[in-house]
Amino acid sequence: MIRVQAAPLDIPGELADFARDRTDIGAVASFVGLVRADHAGLPVTAMTLEHYPGMTERQLGVVEAEARRRWPLQDSLVVHRVGRMMPGEAIVLVATASAHRRAALDACSFLIDWLKTDAPFWKLEETPDGERWVEARAEDDAARARWAATAP
Amino acid sequence: MRIRYFAWLKHRVGCAEEVLEPPAEVATLATLKLWLAERHPGFAEALASPGVVRCAVNQEYVPEDVPLRPGDEVAFFPPVTGG
Repeated sequence: MIRVQAAPLDIPGELADFARDRTDIGAVASFVGLVRADHAGLPVTAMTLEHYPGMTERQLGVVEAEARRRWPLQDSLVVHRVGRMMPGEAIVLVATASAHRRAALDACSFLIDWLKTDAPFWKLEETPDGERWVEARAEDDAARARWAATAP
Repeated sequence: MRIRYFAWLKHRVGCAEEVLEPPAEVATLATLKLWLAERHPGFAEALASPGVVRCAVNQEYVPEDVPLRPGDEVAFFPPVTGG
């Protein structure tokens, strides 16, 4: 399931609901991305996530479908927040469920790696020196490429 | 044709969205970029740096030589930074 929302993420609530009442799941893996209070040498006082409504959901759907094609998942969840948020708040939650841990852990890792390079979100940081757009990192492209090389 | 710009690119161009009717010779994404660069110096400047401007047509990533149609929604944006 894919969801993009402005409201704060309820991580414990989301994980409690995820894969509830299923007895065929042996492993749930999750990843939570948080706003950090410092970046590239400056304090960050707040962050605003802009996105491309419509394309965001579509691309997240493509990434989720690819994860489910590659691994035997009973369920998967991506919840991404947009709008203004404060340090310590969650930006994104990814969760995967499978019979065994390896598929759940790998699929979770894959989902966040692909989300970072393919889903149209942009981060605007507020710092004491003013606002600045976060630049994409080469490491993120490398992380995505790693999965291309290991496609089952 | 609906053209959309996101993140810092919309500030460089000066708008988030515009509805334009490019001439018939603007038939692909590659030629549309050149045509828009003539209209917006800030867009031309961004295009001059390789890898800085990403594109989507009808909310899908597509190759530069994809043919465009009048009702298309074309978006330009910097490399994404979500997650």
